Amino acid sequence: MRKKIGVYVCHCGVNISATVDIEKVCKLASGLPGVAAAKDYTYLCSDPGQELIKKDIKELGLEKVVIAACSPRMHEQTFRGTCEEAELNPYCLEMANIREQCSWVHKEKDKATRKAAALISASVAKASLLEPLSEKEVDVIPKALVIGGGISGIQSSLDIADAGFGVYLVEKDPSIGGHMAQLDKTFPTLDCSACILTPKMVDVYRHPNIELLTYCEVISVDGFIGNFKVKVRKKPRYVNINKCNGCGACAEACLLKGRIASEFEAGMGKRGAIYVPFPQAVPLVYTIDSEKCLFLRKGKCGKSPACKAACGPEAIDFEQKEEIIELEIGTIVVATGFDVFPAKEKPEYGYDAYSNVITGLEFERLSSASGPTFGKIKIGGKEPEDVVFIQCVGSRDKELGNEYCSRVCCMYTAKQAHLVREKLPNANITVFYIDVRAFGKGFEEFYDRVKKEGIIYRRGNASEVYRRGEKLIVRAEDTLLGEALEVETDLVVLSTGLVQRDVGELKNALRLSQSSDRFFLEAHPKLRPMDTATAGVYLAGCCQGPKDIPDSVAQASGAAAKAIVPLATGKVKIDPIISFVDENICRGCGICITTCPYDAIELKEITRDGYPVEVAFVNDVLCKGCGACVASCLSGAIQQRSFTDEQILSQITALGVE
Amino acid sequence: METLNQDFIHKYSLLGCVQCGKCTGGCPVSLRAHLNVRQMVHKTIIQRESEDYEKKRLWDCTTCSTCNILCPKGVKPADLIMGMRGAMVEEGRLQPALRDALESTLKHGNPWGKIREKRSEWTEGTDIKNLSDGDEAELLLSVCCTASFDPRVQEVAKALVKILKSAKVNFGVLGNEENCCGSEGKRVGEEGLFEILMEDNSELFKKHQINQILTISPHCYNSFKNEYTGVDFEVQSHPQLIAKLIEDKKLTFSVEVEKVVTYHDPCFLGKQNNVYDEPRKILTSIPGVKFVEFDRSRERSLCCEGGGGRMWMESEARGVRLAEMRVKEAVSMNVQVLATSCPFCLLTLEDATKTTGNEETIQVMDIVELAVCAI
Repeated sequence: MRKKIGVYVCHCGVNISATVDIEKVCKLASGLPGVAAAKDYTYLCSDPGQELIKKDIKELGLEKVVIAACSPRMHEQTFRGTCEEAELNPYCLEMANIREQCSWVHKEKDKATRKAAALISASVAKASLLEPLSEKEVDVIPKALVIGGGISGIQSSLDIADAGFGVYLVEKDPSIGGHMAQLDKTFPTLDCSACILTPKMVDVYRHPNIELLTYCEVISVDGFIGNFKVKVRKKPRYVNINKCNGCGACAEACLLKGRIASEFEAGMGKRGAIYVPFPQAVPLVYTIDSEKCLFLRKGKCGKSPACKAACGPEAIDFEQKEEIIELEIGTIVVATGFDVFPAKEKPEYGYDAYSNVITGLEFERLSSASGPTFGKIKIGGKEPEDVVFIQCVGSRDKELGNEYCSRVCCMYTAKQAHLVREKLPNANITVFYIDVRAFGKGFEEFYDRVKKEGIIYRRGNASEVYRRGEKLIVRAEDTLLGEALEVETDLVVLSTGLVQRDVGELKNALRLSQSSDRFFLEAHPKLRPMDTATAGVYLAGCCQGPKDIPDSVAQASGAAAKAIVPLATGKVKIDPIISFVDENICRGCGICITTCPYDAIELKEITRDGYPVEVAFVNDVLCKGCGACVASCLSGAIQQRSFTDEQILSQITALGVE
Repeated sequence: METLNQDFIHKYSLLGCVQCGKCTGGCPVSLRAHLNVRQMVHKTIIQRESEDYEKKRLWDCTTCSTCNILCPKGVKPADLIMGMRGAMVEEGRLQPALRDALESTLKHGNPWGKIREKRSEWTEGTDIKNLSDGDEAELLLSVCCTASFDPRVQEVAKALVKILKSAKVNFGVLGNEENCCGSEGKRVGEEGLFEILMEDNSELFKKHQINQILTISPHCYNSFKNEYTGVDFEVQSHPQLIAKLIEDKKLTFSVEVEKVVTYHDPCFLGKQNNVYDEPRKILTSIPGVKFVEFDRSRERSLCCEGGGGRMWMESEARGVRLAEMRVKEAVSMNVQVLATSCPFCLLTLEDATKTTGNEETIQVMDIVELAVCAI
């Protein structure tokens, strides 16, 4: 047998060497069939470690390399690079995991050494059968799709567009802006939220590289990184957006004007059946709410629809139909945002029972100068004398399945308490809290400032809200006093947390996973926070977890950078460790097609022995190399490269040998 | 060796507590008594032994379980209290009246100090099937000790019997063979007694091939439903069955009951078992009844202080009793009937009408007593 395999055993400091007898393992490895050299080093992943390997590849003419070290998840890419630099095909590398699967989980050195030796011998056996593979490249469509038009989606869209690539920004609501558009001022700087957001919204609208698709929903995603095909449903607005000039005459005329709870005003204000969510909406065109409009629901609205009569440019079109459009794009940024925790799920706070118990978002509209009270803190027409804030409503709550901290409530509560102080200098303001988490830049300073404004912070998670006479009573314990108490108030603001939004089929269409908090799961919590398990699909903003505005913007720019990489290089490499079909054996039963989770296999017709037959065909680009088809194939016609039956069986056989 | 407190930490998963105080803030007696369940959890974690003054406060708890329900971290402070009470009971440190009640439960199968032979006296002249005498029925009416012996609550049992007969429900009782369910024993910490009763009752039910039980007391309902293990029967509370009978049109009302009525949610039916809608359905189905809600209703209802063995204890709590608060509020709402569906609530609330001088203004009734007026 040709001796062309090099075995390299890593000490990983003491991570491996404290439990595995490296010298003994090396000696055993050097005697394995085909092994030309077996060497050890303290840190193989270090530069000198890699140099050692490269030198051997060249000098000994190694054809295969076995690294006995950590998990391939950690350093397989590193050592593939090492091989490549020494002009050895990077797929001629095999790793034996003697750290996670051996030294870290065993205590007895003798047994751990035997196991390490066995693992190495299995890897050597497999390595001798490895074949060089080449990576394919495919072209990338130089356009991106951004799903969601809140601050994260806006930021990602602008960044990608500024880099010179086309962007489709899809937003389900009539306007972009998201939750940030609803906020009054932002913590801790007290910038007016709309003032800093609306210029960006206008930038999106004007950007030559951005095609804005509002009142639209993504319904399906096919294809793969570089070549996604996306179907988008354009919901009928019943208004021709090319004709509408946003004058608002229709809304003035609508018979239901001021009678429908406005989503934008978080239910604190009213709109008509034809509406723009807010005056700075982008695009500034009107939309008819088909579920409310009398004409669309009943076919009758007065003698004839007043909106239509009022519209100068004749933009109203009751005949408008839903449209499905198809987009072809290279990468996708998901920025679908969050929902506010539904406060009625904590019935003890009486959100459903009392109109003066409101959520944090409702307070934002109450406090906003453009809101229904023009920024006056008034409940039932009266200014409250006493205001109580209750933190952690729907967050840090294991019983609800929301174990996480929503990260923004402590600070938005402090900001809202400050706004109440500013507008109602004589009000008694109390904040009930469990812990104040003022962790961001300028947060602790802001918390200090608010406390100095005479806002009373009482440590305790409020327990119940009920009525006594004209007042509401908040029942709580001041845990620092160790006393139960009742606090009289006129207004209770619940610092409602953030929860994952139900995006319906989109989750499956994009093959997104969720973490236990139900937010979308990133590829790695530390090192790949914007990637997902699906190549070419990236996460931005609160769909990945609760975030404040700066963090959302930062992640959005990060996701944009990630999404730009394939667009800029114009090519994506396809992992060659995928399955392939032996067309001479395949009988075209199609079991693999139903097994494949990636729709990567289809039947194709070939000519065999002069007859046309159907056989399975693997799309190299769609295949993720999961191996499910290999396991399901009845005739053994499908194999996976670098994991062929022969290679795996050789490993198993070798495991029996010490 | 593990101290009791260390044992409690694991048994009741106390380490998840973040000391938010939602338990104590929501505890109905925390404004009246020294009981502070949050501190109790904290002290159990940090002290090897609990202090005596702390132990004394345990008896103020009504085991309404509001703390268990409000806790966002899934800690069950009320269960800790029952565990700590158990340690005191083992040392024999309990009030004499409570000791008598427990002894009576063991001896006579009821905590009221009555002899077993008198248990079914209330059924005389009612013609009810007695499963102990070999009668057969689809449904066992579990009467409960309080309804068996207390003259006031006997009226509730009799009203329920009339309703069941009117709806042609095939039911029977266990007569003198019936035992206490053990709920109150468990709540004062007598876990051993509870287990004896659970075993005896389970065998009794098996012997009579009982697979459906109807309760009068939410306390029995809760124990049968949530605490009896290894049993194979279905249990429903009387408001659940009556609401179902109305829905199925097996029970119809023909007489107008011209009353303004409010409803007090018993903790063991409402907060602990989420039975909120059925009692309201019954009340709003009775012709003539004008139903008004308490401000504090359903999940935000207030405990009457009758549970947790408190029927046999003197409390050191000060200020207005919660039952009195409840009655006063009902009076201020101009209701004529304060309805409930629990023997303990009925007794404590009725007592409160007397101590607040409202016995002429307002009537306390079980919903089944109102229902019977309408047939």
